[in-house]
Amino acid sequence: MISLDHVRKSYGGGSFAVDDVSMFIEQGELIGLIGESGCGKTTTLKMINRLEDPTSGTISVNGEDVREHDPVQLRRGIGYVFQGVGLFPHYSVGMNIAAVPELLGWSKSQIRERVDEVLSLVGLPPDEYRDRRPSELSGGQQQRVGVARALAAKPQLILMDEPFGALDPITRAELQDEFIRIHRSLNLTAIMVTHDMSEALLMADRVAVMKDGKILQFDTPRTLLNHPQHEFVRQMIELPKKRADSIEDLMEGR
Amino acid sequence: MSDNLYEQLILMPEYFRGHLLLTVAAMVASAAISLPLGIWASQSPGVKKPLLATVSVIQTVPSLAILALMVALLGGQIGFLPAFLALMMYSMLPIVRNTVAGLDSIPADVVEAARGIGMAPRQILVKIRIPLALPIIIAGIRTATVWTVGLATLSTLVGATSFGNYIFTGIQTRNIVAITVGSLAAALMAIILDSVIGGIQWLAENDVTTTTQQKYKMMRGAVTAAVVALIAVVALTFLPKPKADIIIGAKAFTEQYILAGFLARTLENAGYRVEQRTGLGSDIAFDATQSGNIDLYMEYSGTLWANHMEREDNPGRQQILQETTRYVEDRGLVSIGPSGFQNLYAFAMRRDRAEELGVKTIEDLIPIASQLVCGSDLEFFGRPEWLRVRDLYAFDFEKKLTFDAALMYNAVDDRQVDLITAYTTDGRVAAYDLLILEDPRDALLPYDGMYLASKNAASDPGFLEAMTPLVNAVPDEVMREANKIVDVDGRSISEAVSYLLDYVEQGSGK
Repeated sequence: MISLDHVRKSYGGGSFAVDDVSMFIEQGELIGLIGESGCGKTTTLKMINRLEDPTSGTISVNGEDVREHDPVQLRRGIGYVFQGVGLFPHYSVGMNIAAVPELLGWSKSQIRERVDEVLSLVGLPPDEYRDRRPSELSGGQQQRVGVARALAAKPQLILMDEPFGALDPITRAELQDEFIRIHRSLNLTAIMVTHDMSEALLMADRVAVMKDGKILQFDTPRTLLNHPQHEFVRQMIELPKKRADSIEDLMEGR
Repeated sequence: MSDNLYEQLILMPEYFRGHLLLTVAAMVASAAISLPLGIWASQSPGVKKPLLATVSVIQTVPSLAILALMVALLGGQIGFLPAFLALMMYSMLPIVRNTVAGLDSIPADVVEAARGIGMAPRQILVKIRIPLALPIIIAGIRTATVWTVGLATLSTLVGATSFGNYIFTGIQTRNIVAITVGSLAAALMAIILDSVIGGIQWLAENDVTTTTQQKYKMMRGAVTAAVVALIAVVALTFLPKPKADIIIGAKAFTEQYILAGFLARTLENAGYRVEQRTGLGSDIAFDATQSGNIDLYMEYSGTLWANHMEREDNPGRQQILQETTRYVEDRGLVSIGPSGFQNLYAFAMRRDRAEELGVKTIEDLIPIASQLVCGSDLEFFGRPEWLRVRDLYAFDFEKKLTFDAALMYNAVDDRQVDLITAYTTDGRVAAYDLLILEDPRDALLPYDGMYLASKNAASDPGFLEAMTPLVNAVPDEVMREANKIVDVDGRSISEAVSYLLDYVEQGSGK
């Protein structure tokens, strides 16, 4: 459904932020893109909806080269959850969620119905939250609205840039579970950038580990854990593995 | 005192109307130009710096200079237009600057999100950046408005009506009540406009959900009512006013204010609708009469001779009158005739001191000048007239002291000096009963009052007929008494005007 073919991105200076990345993603997959800061994972994500354009290589969604689309139109068809949430502070929760359907010219009644629908989907009772302002919500609630806004126009593809990064561990786990549920129920294709290996392993169908603009390994969590093909990948999975073992030891009283 | 206050308050509607109209028109025009410029600058980095530099430079030019410059650029036109243009240009900086600053202050993640969900650049501007920048933009308009209300008082100097008329007339005629009324009125207008715009700003900053619903609703109600009231008042002031038949100009000192009132009442009695533009700069009055913006004012022959014609000789009173009359008629103005009095520099002494020394003319000073102390205003001893006195009479004083004009009269009265260089029609000459020394050798330039009219006004026989009785009708001592009523007795201009009118009517009745 989504393919990246020898994609490179350079900001000048001879080096590549994204260096010869190729990947193929099936409809309905949840993909984790993981790596350290500056490894090119966010740039890779932004090239899919043309917030950035690749220096060379081809990206296609549903078999069509994204460069043949007007970037503004393309973005309206792809959901996006932003790292800093990026809710519009002068809009109510409902207006934030309605933003994309409005840009697409949906009717008022359609929009009203859809806003309530996605609010329920992300676990916020519509009557209680529809008219509130973002500033009145907790971090977790804001992020739920961010997800609702991305889902509002019924996209088939959703891009997420560290969506749960700024949340406390309990809220974070809650939202992770909830998103997996939403993802399954809507048969969404989702690509999620994260720097948390546990999050990637627990949520994603497949995980791409990036370093210095290159993909080192792109496999299911199980394969990554059992057959890391690179020293860096081994290091990345070491910590969650160790923790899981320690907790297991504690529980069994060893 | 209360008569004076009443007299000031009668002028309030006209001055209020002028002031509000200037302020509102300048602010609307300034916002209409500055907002798009600010938006443009925030979108294009190449524009931002030069634009901000330009509006800042305008701001550094003294406000009075901008007003004068506008008059010059408009070819001598005075009144609303130059004042409006100057105020508009002057109020651009805070609006442009705050628009740019407000649009630049939007958090990057909000703009990125707007882009990411598929808003086009124009939609990001209209739906996200402008609404979020609005409180800062409105704050800029608010600052500019308060400035403009204050600066609008200066527009009186270029012939636009404003609360400045109170202030400048008050300063020149030492009328504290007028100054106070004008200042309070301007301050009150600034406070009201500031509060209304402040209310709008509050509404833009807070929204229903972040403040208690009730407070927001109350505020919105209050602001709406204030804005509606303001619009109604502005609309009322925009209603066309009956156009004046004759516009009378006056420079910025007591004698001129009295004369303007005197001319106005005379013409009103003859059935004309008259408007006054007082407090004008000296050259502005002449230029405006030439261009027909003013129909009538009183000029002094010596001013025309020395300042306009740049002549340094003194062929005598009658010849100067003739030559200046020819000069103004060559320039498209019409001289209706002399006023009868002269306001010139003259040597003046206490009457008892003059008798003691046996002095009646400047010639009598020749043998004793070297033992006398002479006081003058700040400029006399630097003027060509003093050089002519010294050359023609061949004397110099033992000591020459310079004073502020008001202190000079006190000094001669207190015998601190033997004589002073007075202005012949100054009311204090009468108040202190000073003797004016004659000038048999014509060293001092004559300053005959001359009624100058625009060609248009002078082509009306009714106007000329109404003006004829005024020619040569006011002698020195009568003008002096009229000035005294205002400057010494502290009574109002209109009382002085009545005094002159009574004198002229009795004179013609004889």
